[in-house]
Amino acid sequence: MCETDQKTVKKMPRVATGDRAILPEGAKTIPVYIMGKMYEVPETLTIMKAMEFAGFKFLRGAGCRGGICGACPTVYRMAGDYKLHFGLACQTVVEANMYLAQIPFFPANRAIFNIDEIGGLPEAIHALYPEIFRCVACNQCTKACPMDVDVLGYISALKQGNIEKAAKLSFDCIQCGLCASRCMGEIPQYHAAQLARRVYGRYIVPQAEHLKARVAAIESGKYDAMLDELAAMSKEDLEKKYVEREREPDFAEIGSWQPKETRYL
Amino acid sequence: MAYTPEMKELIKRVEATRPARVAMARRNENYPALSMAERADVLEKFHPDYQKSGKRVVAVGPNKGDIFQEGVARLLESKSMVRPDKVDLSKVDHETDVLVLGGGGAGTSAAIMAANGGCKVIIATKLRHGDSNTIMAEGGIQAATHECDSPYYHFMDTIGGGHFSNQRDLVAALAKDAPLSIAWLESLGMLFNKYEDGRTVVRHCGGSSRKRLQSSGDMTGAEIMRVVRDEVRNRPDQITVLEFSPAVELLLDTEGKCAGAILHNMETKEFYVVKAKAVIIGTGGFGRLHIKGFATTNHYGATMDGVVMAYRAGVGNKSLHSTQYHPTGVAYPEQNVGLLITEKVRGLGAHVLNIDGEQFCFPLEPRDVESAELICEAMEKGKGIITPTGRVGLWLDSPMIEELHGPGSVKKELPAKFIQFERHGIDISKEPMLVYPTLHYQNGGVNVNGDTETCVPGLYAAGEAIGGVHGENRLMGNSLQDIITFGRRAGKNAAAYVQAGVEIKGLTLDHVVKFEKELEQAGITSPGVAPILLPDYSTDEMTARRWPEALTNEAPAV
Repeated sequence: MCETDQKTVKKMPRVATGDRAILPEGAKTIPVYIMGKMYEVPETLTIMKAMEFAGFKFLRGAGCRGGICGACPTVYRMAGDYKLHFGLACQTVVEANMYLAQIPFFPANRAIFNIDEIGGLPEAIHALYPEIFRCVACNQCTKACPMDVDVLGYISALKQGNIEKAAKLSFDCIQCGLCASRCMGEIPQYHAAQLARRVYGRYIVPQAEHLKARVAAIESGKYDAMLDELAAMSKEDLEKKYVEREREPDFAEIGSWQPKETRYL
Repeated sequence: MAYTPEMKELIKRVEATRPARVAMARRNENYPALSMAERADVLEKFHPDYQKSGKRVVAVGPNKGDIFQEGVARLLESKSMVRPDKVDLSKVDHETDVLVLGGGGAGTSAAIMAANGGCKVIIATKLRHGDSNTIMAEGGIQAATHECDSPYYHFMDTIGGGHFSNQRDLVAALAKDAPLSIAWLESLGMLFNKYEDGRTVVRHCGGSSRKRLQSSGDMTGAEIMRVVRDEVRNRPDQITVLEFSPAVELLLDTEGKCAGAILHNMETKEFYVVKAKAVIIGTGGFGRLHIKGFATTNHYGATMDGVVMAYRAGVGNKSLHSTQYHPTGVAYPEQNVGLLITEKVRGLGAHVLNIDGEQFCFPLEPRDVESAELICEAMEKGKGIITPTGRVGLWLDSPMIEELHGPGSVKKELPAKFIQFERHGIDISKEPMLVYPTLHYQNGGVNVNGDTETCVPGLYAAGEAIGGVHGENRLMGNSLQDIITFGRRAGKNAAAYVQAGVEIKGLTLDHVVKFEKELEQAGITSPGVAPILLPDYSTDEMTARRWPEALTNEAPAV
């Protein structure tokens, strides 16, 4: 199902080939060991594309293919070295003599809560995830994080009751589960972090008052007639209005600019 | 792969023009935007949608006679994965009030709202819950929340960006519900970029007349997805999630109402019959079809399944000939090719430049116009930069952001993007990015009305799978708004439909039988089988080594 436009390819520089990588001229192949079995793959590819090159078709272990969904956490070790490395298969480039395995799923306990009732105090989080106090500060979680999140840092912050700090430190978490897979205290770090961020967003960050006013105006029907007017307008009139509409200047301080036309605000 | 010495040499030209360009930006001056006539001209000449090659007429179904890209046409003219006469529909594996197909942002919001409406819900999704294009959306979500803006201007910007081809009741619904969606997400505990008093930070995006883009760092979609998915996990009594079990066919009842679907457990290869009083399609778009061979920003499962299944059930589509190419996909390094660089980079003031470090376009035109301008500059004028792997790109001058907004602002505003490039030895706060248009969004899709109803009773649809919201071109930040606005509407309306009392009669696949007969009558003798579920990235060499010719049919373990 992957089309290539042959004419385009001939006439112009190559611009695309779907997701099959273009190999640089004279690309070398290197040996990698996928779950212990050796495959020769071109260097410069990511682990994900190298596995596809080797003939694997993903079901688990591939998602967004862009480093944000957490479907492809991978553990690897270089031949002759004791050290474990962690990365996302879609983001990590293969190296010669790498021994790798994907960990597409790792079991982690998740507590149930009601966001409308939980409140903004750390005790509620402590009650739902008492296992965070089993942390021995070994820092394996942080070392395993493919997003360079300070996992130990946010778990420590949570223990100390600092929800804001935990929310901010954990913001880049993609919930791949590598932290939980390495945890001596068997803590589901990423679920606790998600709870902390939701509590922070709901109860600690000031709510958007301007938004409440807008919601009330919409629910009172203030804009219904205006939208009906636009929906019924001829294309010509609509186009004229579109071209004539005022544009808020790029560098105007927030709240400092008002349009000349205020009837439709 | 860091930039090569040759590329670093070219970057000096970008650095040479930067001081003058930064001074210009500080004066609020921009490279002039195109007039409506000039827009039309550049689209006509350089946008892939407008080129004649690679398209054909579809011979069957509700859109018979319409022209589509080859890959799309082939799927619309496909046959089912199952033989309808051999399926035993009397054995029902799951029964529920509302069946949601797709576990992205639209499906997940729909499930929450249906559960709020008192329904039992099943979410059936192809990959993991949350594996979707939603999670990949970076820049933000549009909503007219500030005083100088209103739903009126959101409507106008959206329909103008879509070249006035949008379905107007859908645009009105989007503009009206947008602030409600933000308030809902805030109440679920989503984190927005805010000022100290709680006011949301808003920015411009391509084609906006007011700053309307709210965001959550540069992972707005991921934050939305994390929060709504987490909320589903709070309701295990009401919502069941079936992962790796996509729908492969819709079920109707003998009265023609939608009555469930056949799911396929891709791990065990078994099929499930699910009986439901209402079905919501939230299956997303078609990026993984790689229309015209373009690289894509889309997630692994974006194969147009919902549109295909709805088509066989008699639900047509609109604007599906139209594909959004995001102007700034990664062109280098090779590992990241096709991935999106959010429009926010240009919203923060970064210029798009040619090989000589010169501006050639207004950086925030509507996306199709911007893409066409980039393709023109690289292909027609030959002013692109050729990468070591033979691709072409243009510069996106991210270091400008440091000068306009202060040191450290690239890392602060674009943390995920910063890490993604840093991994490959490129510091985007100091070096520009190399970009080229990439296949980003299915503009069209299933026909629905403003209440997300299709022409089949009990069948609803929302998100990227539907057509008409964006017309033939979508503005940034309207896709995340689309999935929340219409996901919520679909869940609410499906629940109301169920609560009003629905009696499902005998389940049937007669619509599939009828459709396949139509294929036969149209002389389509070897149709493909769809949904295709996942793309195939095997190399030709590997495919050959699987001995397709020599292999005995039904050989074990294949």
